Amino acid sequence: MMMIFGKPAPLLFGQLLLGIINGSFYAMLSLGLAIIFGLLRVINFAHGALFMVGAFVTWGLHHYLGIGFWPALLIAPVIVAALGLGIERGLIRFTYKLDILYGLLLTFGLALVLEGLFTNGFGSSGVAYNAPDLLSGVVDLGFMFLPVYRGFVIVAAIVICTAVWFTIEKTRLGALLRAATENPSLVQAFGVNVPRLIALTFAGGVGLAGLAGVLAAPLYSVNPNMGSALIDTVFAVVVIGGMGSIGGAILTGFGLGIIQGFTEVFYPPASSVVVFAVMAIVLLTRPAGLFGKAA
Amino acid sequence: MSDTALPKAPPREMIWGFTGAQSVAFVLMLATLMVAPFVAYPVFLMQVMCFAIFAMGANLLMGYTGLLSLGQAAYFGMGAYVGGYAVQTLHLTPEAGVALGTLTGAAIGAVFGWLAIRRQTIYFAMITLALAQFVNFFAVQDTGFTGGENGMQNIPRGQVAGIISLHSDLHLYVFALVVFLIAFLFVHRVVHSPFGQVVKAIRENENRAISLGYKPAQYKWIVFTIAAGLAGLAGALNALVTHIVTLTDVGNATSGIVVLMVLVGGIGTIYGPLIGAAIIIAMQYYLASFSDWVTVIQGVIFIACVLLFRRGIIGELAAKLKFAL
Repeated sequence: MMMIFGKPAPLLFGQLLLGIINGSFYAMLSLGLAIIFGLLRVINFAHGALFMVGAFVTWGLHHYLGIGFWPALLIAPVIVAALGLGIERGLIRFTYKLDILYGLLLTFGLALVLEGLFTNGFGSSGVAYNAPDLLSGVVDLGFMFLPVYRGFVIVAAIVICTAVWFTIEKTRLGALLRAATENPSLVQAFGVNVPRLIALTFAGGVGLAGLAGVLAAPLYSVNPNMGSALIDTVFAVVVIGGMGSIGGAILTGFGLGIIQGFTEVFYPPASSVVVFAVMAIVLLTRPAGLFGKAA
Repeated sequence: MSDTALPKAPPREMIWGFTGAQSVAFVLMLATLMVAPFVAYPVFLMQVMCFAIFAMGANLLMGYTGLLSLGQAAYFGMGAYVGGYAVQTLHLTPEAGVALGTLTGAAIGAVFGWLAIRRQTIYFAMITLALAQFVNFFAVQDTGFTGGENGMQNIPRGQVAGIISLHSDLHLYVFALVVFLIAFLFVHRVVHSPFGQVVKAIRENENRAISLGYKPAQYKWIVFTIAAGLAGLAGALNALVTHIVTLTDVGNATSGIVVLMVLVGGIGTIYGPLIGAAIIIAMQYYLASFSDWVTVIQGVIFIACVLLFRRGIIGELAAKLKFAL
């Protein structure tokens, strides 16, 4: 058997793969958080819960309506985004004039409500959801076996992240968003409906979390706590990367997933805390985060 | 959280740093706590006092320093584990267990606070949450010390100074009441000391405090350590009261609950944490049969507090009566 750094190659590649997959979710979720924070100045604590809602909607579409994975990939994020729109218009917009921490407290409460509701409805053990036939099975890459669905998730995450990055950095809409982030009142003076832009940004950001939830449904058990289990790590990713740059959020997400994967190979007990250890080191050396501005 | 600032206390004679209204409130509180165990379930009341101590620490951070920590359960839980271990395995007296729990909370808080104060507001909140995960994973992993999923069970209440047994609920109640009053007066003292004034000045305008020659980072660090020490104290006391320590005590839900208590009672008020603790603990006791709906209700209260009454119960009351409580 081929050995790398004294470890069997399949183990190494297997954990690396898992790391990249985790990194895909870190990247997609921290991306949404960064976009929302950029314009709303609200750190969305309900992001993990909305990710969970996305996974449950995917399951529900199949279970109740017989709608499969491919249509769900489009429908579920739209439903989560619509929910987000309601949350922004109904609740969050009232916190804009308050201390920045109130938005956090509000979304914290919202996460409790969503998780509690889904635990009541579906129990804490959750439900199972299978990958579509087209994406089941395994391919032999020569050096390792790759489950097709996992490969698909990685490709999908890269495509999604690139598309979001392109939209924000290279399109007219993105330019508007960035301008509104810098100076909302000036942009409004130019005739842009900034409150609508803010609402749609929040919807878009949580829609992204919903999309990540769809991708996660066949991979993890769909349960009410799947979001809160992930979101702590995502917050650490956000602190490490800093919320100043979209590209930075994506790179940090994937990078930390990979670091986590390698730790699993060499010292498994540390894998669950390695991200937090990296965060502590970054705070000591670059308090503003790797890509961020001081805040 | 400057918009929760209280109306100025009228320049009146102060007894021990208490205004007239606060002295009346203190006497009322003392009388209530003395009569209460003959009316209500003592274990419930003792848990209220434990969580009130916990919330007073969190309030020092949230209300007086403007720092929101979402990882307070780490100090509460570790205080509980160490306190429980000291009494159960090392056969130390309960007051020694509580003291060790306090020191443990403060020690971990000193390390984590030193890291967390490097960032502000929401970043600070996220860092405290992330650092708490270290403690959480330790509690799950190290089953020899913490008992992992099983937790620590059958923790004895021991004998104060090796003489007075705390086995009866009433004895323990008196012990808890004394600890609570010490913590309460300590927090009151901190808030009204010159140190406390500087801390409030930093919250109101950090740059101005810097220009006056104060070092905000040091002040924040000390407050963070005090809050963590109070959390450790509360955790150790709670371990004696309930006989058990579980993963819930170090979990994120507990960190959220203490923030909720401060919010409901009134951010930046002296009596708010006690009222907040009483309401939330009462909810857990009396709504226990609704299981997961409690989480939903807590979430709704969070949202309602943020949108409708940011001053909390005591804060609203103080604003109506026009004096600080």
